[in-house]
Amino acid sequence: MIRVAVQPGAINVAAELDLHDAGGHGASASFIGRVRGDDDLTELFLDHHPVMTAAGLADLAHAAADRWHLSALTVIHRVGAMVPGETIVLVLASSAHRAEALAACEFLIDRLKTDVMLWKRETFADGRVLWVEPREGDQARAEKWGA
Amino acid sequence: MALNIAYFAWVRERMGIADEVVDLPAGVADVGALVAWLAARDARGKVAFAEPHRIRAAIDGVMMGPEAPLSGAKEVALFPPVTGG
Repeated sequence: MIRVAVQPGAINVAAELDLHDAGGHGASASFIGRVRGDDDLTELFLDHHPVMTAAGLADLAHAAADRWHLSALTVIHRVGAMVPGETIVLVLASSAHRAEALAACEFLIDRLKTDVMLWKRETFADGRVLWVEPREGDQARAEKWGA
Repeated sequence: MALNIAYFAWVRERMGIADEVVDLPAGVADVGALVAWLAARDARGKVAFAEPHRIRAAIDGVMMGPEAPLSGAKEVALFPPVTGG
């Protein structure tokens, strides 16, 4: 089971985890990315491409499923406007054993930072609006997984 | 040649539009030449494409480098490096 979604609405982490809970998988690894309220951030906006963003997430999910033995995989990315504390991204990888679930989860979060058409814009309480710049560390983490 | 161009993130904000249809002049044959042409076309393009090395492109849904030819392309997307996750 591979489930991929790009959505403007809130991500229901509990409901997604329930689906993995119900699957009888030996191991599930999860990553939840949330909006940080650093520096009085008031809004995080995620811009996306109407077609390529979901296609890019699906490509990554299938790459993970090809690379590791996964019995279930969920990748959901929020787009649009969010406030601190809200979930931006959820990765759930289930497998018979922990090593494959953990590796797939880490691969997906590393690669979706560099491979998927998403752009973050931050708005702060003092009125500043800044597009987030890519970080070299993210690029290095993504490249360690190879092509 | 008519070409649809879609802009994203700060490229869209600086261009002031999300997309447009352009009639490409002869000689604008690849992504790099398209970016240079947009930068020279008007004041908004000059600001949006002042740093071509910060621009990424996709042709009809596939990520492409600046040397990618435009022949046969229906839509080119121009955008900054991605920052999701």
